Amino acid sequence: MREPASHRLALLGALAVVIVLMPLIFPSAYYYRVGALVFIFALAAVGLNLLMGFAGQVSLGHAGFLGIGGYAMAIGPVHLGVPPWASLLAGAVISAVVAFIVGRPILRLKGHYLAVATLGLGVLIAIVLTNEASWTGGPDGMSVPRLVLFDWAVRGSQQWYWISAATFLVGAILAFNVIDSPTGRALRAIHDSEVAASVLGVDVARGKLAIFVISAVYASVAGSYLALINGHVTPDIAGFLRSIELAAMVVLGGMGSILGSLVGAAVLVVLPQTLTILHDYEHLVLGLILMGVMIFLRQGIVPSLAAAVSGRQT
Amino acid sequence: MSKLRHAVAVAAMSMAALTAGQPAAAQIKIGSVLSVTGPASFLGDPEKRTLEIYVEEINAKGGVNGQKLQLIVYDDGGDANNARTFATRLVEEDKVVAMVGGTTTGTTMAMIPVFEEAQIPFISLAGAVQIIEPVRKWVFKTPHTDRMACEKIFADLKRRNLTSIAIISGTDAFGKSMRDQCVAIAPKAGIKVIHEETYGPRDSDMTPQLTNIRNKAGVQAVVNAGFGQGPAIVTRNFRQLDIKVPLYQSHGVASKQFISLAGPAAEGVRLPAAALLVADKLPNNDPQKPVVTAYSRTYTQKTGQPVSTFGGHAYDGLMILVQAMQRAKSADKAKVRDEIERTKGFIGTGGIVNMSPTDHMGLDLSAFRMLEIRNGDWTLVPEGGS
Amino acid sequence: MAEFLQFFFSGLTVGAVYALVALGFTLIYNASDVINFAQGEFVMLGGLSTVFLAMAGIPLPLAALLAVLLTIAVGIALYYLAIEPARGASAVSLIMITIGASIFLRGTAQVVFDKRFHSLPPLFGSDPIRWGGAAILPQSLVVLAGAAIIVVLLWLFIDRTLLGKAVIATAANRLAAWLVGINTRQIVGLSFAVSAGIGAIAGILVTPITLTSYDVGTLLALKGFAAAMLGGIGSALGAVVGGLVLGMLEAFSAGYVSSKYKDAVAFLIILIVLFAIPNGLFGRGKVERV
Repeated sequence: MREPASHRLALLGALAVVIVLMPLIFPSAYYYRVGALVFIFALAAVGLNLLMGFAGQVSLGHAGFLGIGGYAMAIGPVHLGVPPWASLLAGAVISAVVAFIVGRPILRLKGHYLAVATLGLGVLIAIVLTNEASWTGGPDGMSVPRLVLFDWAVRGSQQWYWISAATFLVGAILAFNVIDSPTGRALRAIHDSEVAASVLGVDVARGKLAIFVISAVYASVAGSYLALINGHVTPDIAGFLRSIELAAMVVLGGMGSILGSLVGAAVLVVLPQTLTILHDYEHLVLGLILMGVMIFLRQGIVPSLAAAVSGRQT
Repeated sequence: MSKLRHAVAVAAMSMAALTAGQPAAAQIKIGSVLSVTGPASFLGDPEKRTLEIYVEEINAKGGVNGQKLQLIVYDDGGDANNARTFATRLVEEDKVVAMVGGTTTGTTMAMIPVFEEAQIPFISLAGAVQIIEPVRKWVFKTPHTDRMACEKIFADLKRRNLTSIAIISGTDAFGKSMRDQCVAIAPKAGIKVIHEETYGPRDSDMTPQLTNIRNKAGVQAVVNAGFGQGPAIVTRNFRQLDIKVPLYQSHGVASKQFISLAGPAAEGVRLPAAALLVADKLPNNDPQKPVVTAYSRTYTQKTGQPVSTFGGHAYDGLMILVQAMQRAKSADKAKVRDEIERTKGFIGTGGIVNMSPTDHMGLDLSAFRMLEIRNGDWTLVPEGGS
Repeated sequence: MAEFLQFFFSGLTVGAVYALVALGFTLIYNASDVINFAQGEFVMLGGLSTVFLAMAGIPLPLAALLAVLLTIAVGIALYYLAIEPARGASAVSLIMITIGASIFLRGTAQVVFDKRFHSLPPLFGSDPIRWGGAAILPQSLVVLAGAAIIVVLLWLFIDRTLLGKAVIATAANRLAAWLVGINTRQIVGLSFAVSAGIGAIAGILVTPITLTSYDVGTLLALKGFAAAMLGGIGSALGAVVGGLVLGMLEAFSAGYVSSKYKDAVAFLIILIVLFAIPNGLFGRGKVERV
């Protein structure tokens, strides 16, 4: 197991300390925004990691759930008069239901077939969001009203930094609990060998479905936060490229490593910001860096570095 | 612990890289977030080149109010989330005093709150009418609205006694927005839209959609709302299917390259466009002629590419801003904003701009010219009346 | 009837493009189990390099040949510099590498070429062939013929040459092939080279119809991958059939159902087919060793 229980508490504690201390070196609100985005995407990546890293099921369409969560924050208040906090919950519930309904047939597929099926799912959601303009505002998107909790209107990058960091920590703790639960153990068995797991009495289909639903909820909440922090949501929140970006965060950071999801999200959010000094060459270099990391740290950043530090070859 | 120190060092270096390239000195910082790559690169790339070329030219001539301009451009890739992040960066980190950018309506709408809160004048380069309706104190725009394109096309249709039309539009933001505007104003203009089809902006064959249009009885003309390669392919397919009714394109074709891409099929196609595309065909007393001829020459010389009306919008935005700064004799954000609002008689590539507190775009219908393609070149369609 | 025929022609045109891209996916997957998301960029490189070489004054046929060679070189470089060093990495890591490669190639194209759209002259003119009330461009037939020729040549190569047998052996079981003395590294490198070549040729043939620009690769890869899986990854015939079927689904959805949702209908049907036939139309199920 990548992170033994004793390490986890220390890890979460250290993370909490870093989160609290980081703002001391933030020169401006821009850094709060980048930080908030890192935690929002890390939340989605953690959910996807449970699916891809622990259960071993590839999903190239997870941004579809980002989209459901995001548009719930726009459609709920604007079209249905539902307050934002309730829309957030509704979005999560809808994502869970969609994942439940689609999950059963989709998860019978394996490997690349599963990849293309999830890809198709994501694309379908994105197409619906683009085309149903009377509900979704079409390709130009919709504006998203502010989140108001008990008279407090959440505004500004600073507040979102704390909210998304806290939510990420909660999400990480929950993920650790899932991993340790019977479902989690079943997951790992399924990842190693579905045949062996089913022989041992693990309900493979139910385990995979449970994780698919859980990962969808993570993505939905992240998508809702994304819509709120931007005050605006467009269909490319659910697009193919966004799904690839999420998968890249998981793989880059390290499949099966919760900390890895945070690192992967941090890399893919911060790197494009730092590469802007290269202007026209930024995409070229981004591609090179992606390739380089995957070639030299092929388990992902965190597991490879951990293995190197402890002197073991995994 | 060396891992931690290493991490801190990397973080520090990243932040140094982020803040690098910020010369001290009294330069006027102008920010720009454009969709240079991604689905809107057809619009964003000429915009970026134009801004860079003209900031350099202005600085070569001494700058504005004795100070040089510093242009800070970020590429949002067409994504509204990235656009907002870069907008925040421009405001908080780079501390710009003005913003000329926002290639698409989606990215513009995502960025507006950032610049409004920071009280920085924002001249948008996007088309949709909702950017300036309702009027927002700090937000302006230079491109014609798609509603104006529809009005121009409908006026021409009525002159030719064509009142029943089909619309084929791209599902992208540009195509959808223009289609919505056309459908909305059609009844008032006396036009009936009796059939509609759409295509994906990167599709390569529209013959099924056009077949359905051809088979619809009573279609007297077809209007294509889209940009980039779509209009070229629609035009080719039109000829392939031997459809006889007139075809109208939109201002999204933006450049002469459309004619070469569409080939012989482009013959007879009409479209509303800015005077920029027909710089050499304008009569000598046309007030826009000097501006568009100069811009065409400069742009084609410096980039080796044909001129694009989207680049022209960026030129107009920059020049309106610069002239406002000159009139205000300072780079103070509020004073510059006031002067932008007082722009009168500005002759740009898109038309003659007269802004006011209730009109933050300043163009009227005369800014669009109706063009027809004949013998592989643009010609101006004479307009009697509206 | 005439409109059915027109939709059919449209499906053939678009489907042939997808078929060629899907073929590239299948070839590389067969030899190395890698799904190469940079396949779309091979198509882009073929078309765009030809355009720019021709703009630089090189006669078109020579420009096309040089473009194909250039793309093959890129394919070989991709294998030896990026995929081969990562051998032993998990399937997902390898996919990420190819995604990084596609971003890199796109970023390079944006700098070396430009961001505009370009076309190439069609081989037999742009006057459509009219038949049964419908019209098809001669270039569409060229693309179809090209796909057919490539499939036949591939089959001949696999079936009739020793090298072809080596490819089959490598695809079946890399370890065993290596044990009997086949240089599996070179075989996989060869498959990358051939895939790149096919992609480039596809790009040159389809550009007169679809136009090209630095970022056509993304959508092509998406659809080519879907087509390859629909046909059953691992089968060249499946790739071609999958591509044609996808093209048909799009054309008939656009014509009869709704042009807004044509892509959605196509993907939905792919999903349904995969639910019913989990290994695609022609795919062979992998025997899972316990």
